[in-house]
Amino acid sequence: MSLSWPWLVSGGVSIPLEFGIDPLAAVMLAVIGVVTLCVVVFSIGYMKGERGLVRYFGVIALFALAMVMLVTARSLVGLFVGWELVGACSYLLIGFWYEKPSAAEAARKAFIVTRVGDAGLLLGMALLWREAGSLDIATLLGRPESLGSGVLVAATLLLFAGAAGKSAQFPLHTWLPDAMEGPTPVSALIHAATMVAAGVFLVARMWPLFAAAPTTLSVVIAIGAFTALAAATVAMAQSDIKKVLAYSTISQLGFMFAALGAGAWVAALFHLVTHAAFKALLFLSSGSVIHGSGTQDLREMGGLSRKMPVTTVVWVVGGLALAGVPPLAGFFSKDAVIASVLHASPLAGVALVLASVLTGAYVARATRLAFFGEYRGTSHPHESPAVMTGPLLVLAVLAAVLGLAATAFGTFLGAEHEAISIPVAVVSVLAAGLGIAMGWIVWSRDAVAEQYFAPALRRVWEAARTGYGLDTLLDRVVVRPVAAVARLAYGFVDGVAIDGVVEGTASAASGLGGLLARLSNGEIGWYGTLMGLGTVLVIAATIWLAR
Amino acid sequence: MNAMSQPLWLLLLLPAVGAVCALALGRARPDAAKVVALLTALLQAVVTAYLIAPVFSGSAVRVWQIGAAAAARTPLVVEGLSGSLVALTALLGIVAVLASWKVDLRPGSHFALLLLLQAAVTAVFLANELVLFYVAWEAVLIPMYFLIGVWGHEQRRHAAMKFFLFTFAGSALMLVGILLLVAVPGVLAPEGRGVVAAWQPLVFWLLMAGFAVKVPIWPLHTWLPDAHVEAPTAGSIMLAGVLLKMGGYGMLRWAYPLAPEAAAAAGPLLAALGIIGIVYGALMALAQTDLKRLVAYSSVSHMGFFVLAVSVGTQAAYTAAVLVMVAHGLTSALLFLLVGSLYDRTHTRDMSRFGGLVRTIPLWGGTFVFACLASLGLPGLAGFPGELLTVLEGFGRYGWWMGIVAVGVVLAGVYNLRAIRRVGHGAVSAEWADLPDLALHEKVAVTLLVLSIVAMGIYPTLVAVAASGWAGLLVPAGG
Repeated sequence: MSLSWPWLVSGGVSIPLEFGIDPLAAVMLAVIGVVTLCVVVFSIGYMKGERGLVRYFGVIALFALAMVMLVTARSLVGLFVGWELVGACSYLLIGFWYEKPSAAEAARKAFIVTRVGDAGLLLGMALLWREAGSLDIATLLGRPESLGSGVLVAATLLLFAGAAGKSAQFPLHTWLPDAMEGPTPVSALIHAATMVAAGVFLVARMWPLFAAAPTTLSVVIAIGAFTALAAATVAMAQSDIKKVLAYSTISQLGFMFAALGAGAWVAALFHLVTHAAFKALLFLSSGSVIHGSGTQDLREMGGLSRKMPVTTVVWVVGGLALAGVPPLAGFFSKDAVIASVLHASPLAGVALVLASVLTGAYVARATRLAFFGEYRGTSHPHESPAVMTGPLLVLAVLAAVLGLAATAFGTFLGAEHEAISIPVAVVSVLAAGLGIAMGWIVWSRDAVAEQYFAPALRRVWEAARTGYGLDTLLDRVVVRPVAAVARLAYGFVDGVAIDGVVEGTASAASGLGGLLARLSNGEIGWYGTLMGLGTVLVIAATIWLAR
Repeated sequence: MNAMSQPLWLLLLLPAVGAVCALALGRARPDAAKVVALLTALLQAVVTAYLIAPVFSGSAVRVWQIGAAAAARTPLVVEGLSGSLVALTALLGIVAVLASWKVDLRPGSHFALLLLLQAAVTAVFLANELVLFYVAWEAVLIPMYFLIGVWGHEQRRHAAMKFFLFTFAGSALMLVGILLLVAVPGVLAPEGRGVVAAWQPLVFWLLMAGFAVKVPIWPLHTWLPDAHVEAPTAGSIMLAGVLLKMGGYGMLRWAYPLAPEAAAAAGPLLAALGIIGIVYGALMALAQTDLKRLVAYSSVSHMGFFVLAVSVGTQAAYTAAVLVMVAHGLTSALLFLLVGSLYDRTHTRDMSRFGGLVRTIPLWGGTFVFACLASLGLPGLAGFPGELLTVLEGFGRYGWWMGIVAVGVVLAGVYNLRAIRRVGHGAVSAEWADLPDLALHEKVAVTLLVLSIVAMGIYPTLVAVAASGWAGLLVPAGG
């Protein structure tokens, strides 16, 4: 099955857009289809009574189309078209409540930060266009060695820049927590399951190029492992249930990139699939919680399991899957990731094990604070309607059983899926268990148990709560300087240097009196003079020509 | 070849007749003047479509010979390069008439000038002789000067003067170049082989003086923000949509084929100016509080892509240059149309006074978001194919300098989304809570442009096929 459109085909240039389905695309299509369906059905209940629903569902449909283009594209141009369009849909949906300044800002930030990565992707495409003369993926992957190692490293690093922006990897991750301003089903679809995974997909799609560029792979594993661990610490310290999940997503995407860097692209992709199921589930559950309790703040929840039993059960399934508890889906995929990363880089592997401990801890903390203990809010929580719990149950089943498909998954993609490594499994289960126990016990004492921490730990906690101040830092060293340069250049270069010369010349000339002075008076007669002069010249020229 | 025998003079006669009728009717029946103008513009579009259709099948690429005997020359001709621009002019002619539907200051004269402007611009694109080209080129200034000077805003006199002097200074030098070509024996090589090598640099830069101001190539751009801000809406639409393209067209149609060696030597310099223009225009747009000035500076940035594309010197890059021109014509026309209609309602362009307009006037707001996304080069819309191809081809010749262009690409996102954030998004400003949304004539104009922008984003091949034949002629054989 394939589709071809002569998008930009003429003399000297041939850039058709071709789309087709291969096993990798099929896997992504399954994820996109299932999650989009669940999210759309869930939205019928969640968005009931909102204004702008035509816009909402229309943009979601456009998003799904763009996502399908992205994963089925046979050239980097087609991929880039889908890539940018999903970004635009993300922008429109984060800013769905555009009248709210924070939502409008978050939308803008998401688009611009990812566009920084996209600029890298664009340059990478340009480099490949020069070196290979084509952006057809099959052509590019056919003989990567012919590109030369320098070109390969540069091109893959640039592609990875695009991937890091889209998939919210350090330091381009700052847009994703803010993106939680969008409606929660949108967060589930775009900012957990599909679009943010596109970076992982891009690397998997271009795998032979990356495999031939070991330097790039070491960068990928370093950024992935660092992001996985750092984001997990930040997730620990969030009080907004959606922010916990947002940083958790950044962290889990870090797991996937670490696996890619370790050469285990099938493991990365399998984690992408299971993550799509359990993270979409967790986001939609949080939507159900927000819908039922009227707040996103974990400190104002508590004891919701009594009022929202279905939501509680599915959340716990999703949470345990995320923590990597067997036999749920996350266990199998995360085990494969950790095993491959430990093998490639023990340091990165240890970072992932630590991140697993923290994953268990923040899942347990959020679960304990939201669903158990006493209710601390002022509202009247209630279970969500069937149109919302239905999709939750579907995703919960998937989050529970997908792990069993691990072997079939590897075979389908034409790669050997390694058998579960027992020592790694033991370590990762212990890590998850330790984290869960810690999170549960500490936050059973108090909803704000962190206030009892030792001062040193308390400072770390505060730093983590603000994402280590990276937003402020980037604002100071990038955003404000650019704006200042723009204003300065406008005032001095354009206003004084360039235009000053122009206006100065004009006024000097008019100071001499004569023609220009009359022109500045706005009289019409001047034109006749000049035009007459011009006409004389033209006539003279014509006569000369006709001699 | 078949384009030669077609009555292209109709495209000049029609708007001229329409202008006379509008002027004659304008005194007694102001309403009739605008109807005449609209009908003329519609008829012009139909005739244009009929006459230039062969160009878009790629069949009407005419090998061009300037050295041929005067008698053998057809005064008017349409080929792949001009075809798209003539079509753009016809489309924007309709849009400009609709945009000035509510003009009440001497409407007869206003519409007459708009139609004359259309005729003059069309003549620039169709002229097959340098002298006719020059006459048409200067003739464009007259209606534009009066449109700005009479129907413009507060500082209109100053802006009209600056526009006039700036472009006139450029075209005076261009005239010297043309006189050299047509009047000095020995400048032109025999048998249509362009300018003899020794004269090429002088002729090239003299012609470029006129073209560079119009494009505008940085740093010759400062007339543009002033002219745009003060021009009435229809004036801005024509100015950004087609008048800037005259400069680009002149480069590709006259300067480059006449003096190919000088043009090739100018490549790196033009590339540098183009790249500076991209980033500089974007930074300027970022610093604006005046919405119309923001759009004007974004034109400097977009035309920087054109300059860069032209400087690369491959067939694909020349094609990209034409794509950039046409796309910018559509996108900037839509933006100026929207900004103008907002000004008509609010009498301000100060972005800080707006907010939440997507809620208060959803049609206007939605289209504004669309236009800004098109301006930042979103795939699927008009701007993307040309700018993508420029970067791809530019990398082939200039390598990592494209990194600076990539910065410009990011900045385009920044200033466009800033405009959306300030004007369309955010809390609804109480001051404008009761604004009326787009009126019927505005809806029609907006629809025409939106459809064109989407069509060109999905199928840029249409424009590329027309342009690439000409682009191929610009590339030295074997190069």
